[in-house]
Amino acid sequence: MIELVRTENLHKRFGELEVLKGIDLSVSEGETVVLLGSSGSGKSTLLRCINFMETPSSGRVFIRGEAVGTERAGKLTYNQADLCQLRTKVGMVFQHFNLFPHMTVLQNVMEGQLTVLKRSRKEAGEKSLAQLDRVGLADKAGEYPSRLSGGQKQRVAIARALAMDPRVMLFDEVTSALDPELVGEVLKTMRQLALEGMTMICVTHELGFAYHVANRVLFLNDGAIHEEGNPQQVLRNPQTQRMREFLEGHSLFKLPD
Amino acid sequence: MDYNWDFATIIQNWRVFWTGLQGTLLMFSVTVALGMSGGFIVGVMRYLKSPLIAWPARAFVEFFRNVPVLVQIVWFYYAFPILTGIETSPFLAAVLGISLNTMAFSAEIYRAGIQSIDAGQWEAGKAIGMSFQQTLRRIIMPVALKRVLPALTNRGIEVFKMSTLASVVAYVETLNQAKLIADLNYNPIESYTAVALIFFVVLFPVVQATYALERVLKRGDR
Ligand SMILES: Nc1ncnc2c1ncn2[C@@H]1O[C@H](COP(=O)(O)OP(=O)(O)O)[C@@H](O)[C@H]1O
Ligand SMILES: [Mg+2]
Repeated sequence: MIELVRTENLHKRFGELEVLKGIDLSVSEGETVVLLGSSGSGKSTLLRCINFMETPSSGRVFIRGEAVGTERAGKLTYNQADLCQLRTKVGMVFQHFNLFPHMTVLQNVMEGQLTVLKRSRKEAGEKSLAQLDRVGLADKAGEYPSRLSGGQKQRVAIARALAMDPRVMLFDEVTSALDPELVGEVLKTMRQLALEGMTMICVTHELGFAYHVANRVLFLNDGAIHEEGNPQQVLRNPQTQRMREFLEGHSLFKLPD
Repeated sequence: MDYNWDFATIIQNWRVFWTGLQGTLLMFSVTVALGMSGGFIVGVMRYLKSPLIAWPARAFVEFFRNVPVLVQIVWFYYAFPILTGIETSPFLAAVLGISLNTMAFSAEIYRAGIQSIDAGQWEAGKAIGMSFQQTLRRIIMPVALKRVLPALTNRGIEVFKMSTLASVVAYVETLNQAKLIADLNYNPIESYTAVALIFFVVLFPVVQATYALERVLKRGDR
């Protein structure tokens, strides 16, 4: 199997605070990995180090076997243009959608294709419509984001990322800002992507999604991967005390099965 | 007061005023263009995190915001040539003084506009592979400019009025021409009243238009 994402001994510090303390992660093509962890445990930071929204303090990231950055005299340097190129290969969707308010839905999805990939308007337009269709929003192409519901906005954001033809998608709590009744449509879109074979790393608190869709669950604690495994095992029979507590906190108010 | 207004002399001399108004318009066009485009660059520099870029921009803004334009114009006209050996015409001295001041003020407007944009917009641009410049140009500025348009037009109106300061170095603009006529005809009351009326007539419709513009922008706010 092709390894799409790998991190080696990844560290990230914000001043005195060490958030990631040596993460070794490997994600294969077609895998859906769910990242769990309590608030502030560094889940977002880990995702953001993979597409270099944040620059790791040390350690290396490999995308499709290629090391990101060049080492000179023992120091890693990153070329901004290379990082921009890399981000087209590693799509990211945020909690707060961040659609461009002055552009229509179609223009939102076309933007990166025009400015970064230098596709023609015609090609970008067709691709965008295809991606909007994929998330079930082709009929909203001409609308402005302000006219959409939260769930629709998030699906447009997913289409916008997909339009760049990424090899990997990073999802950072993409349903956390949504009204409960809108969570389902976004999770459905994500599950469909997973079924289509998209490689995905998802930070989410939706344990049902993790249970049914993920191939692997990672539990991040104290800056390290504390426990990992397939969701059926890890979520049903956590091996560590910390993970048990975390899951209990999550299922405290669940109805009994 | 029973002053006998006599505007006949003014009307006879309309060409002199017209020449002045042309000078005013020229001064305005040049200073507003220089000030607001230069201010854009300074405003973006102010916004950047790198202290090597942000600090000089900040110093520039603070300096030129706090020195009166009149003092600058006089300085560029009388002091600058002595210090550098470069002659400055009245036009150049006034352009420098007004433009630098406008740069400083509009830089702050642009910066406030950029800062008012949610950080998520930068992130979204970055995440699809856009460079800093691309994100600034395509994502941030269209929304930021729309937000600061009322502030910029207000500044533009100030710049228009500031052009009268150029009369201190005898640049040929409306106030300077009025002084000429007043001195020749001993009619300062009519002459300077005419200047006031000219500015009012030119600016009043512009200001009304900006109110309308603000209303349109408010309504279109998404
Ligand atoms: N840009 C930043 N500057 C300083 N501290 C940060 C920054 N980003 C995140 N942190 C800190 O790093 C820790 C982990 O944050 P984050 O990765 O967002 O956690 P999570 O996504 O798991 O909730 C938190 O304590 C947070 O305050
Ligand atoms: Mg987070």
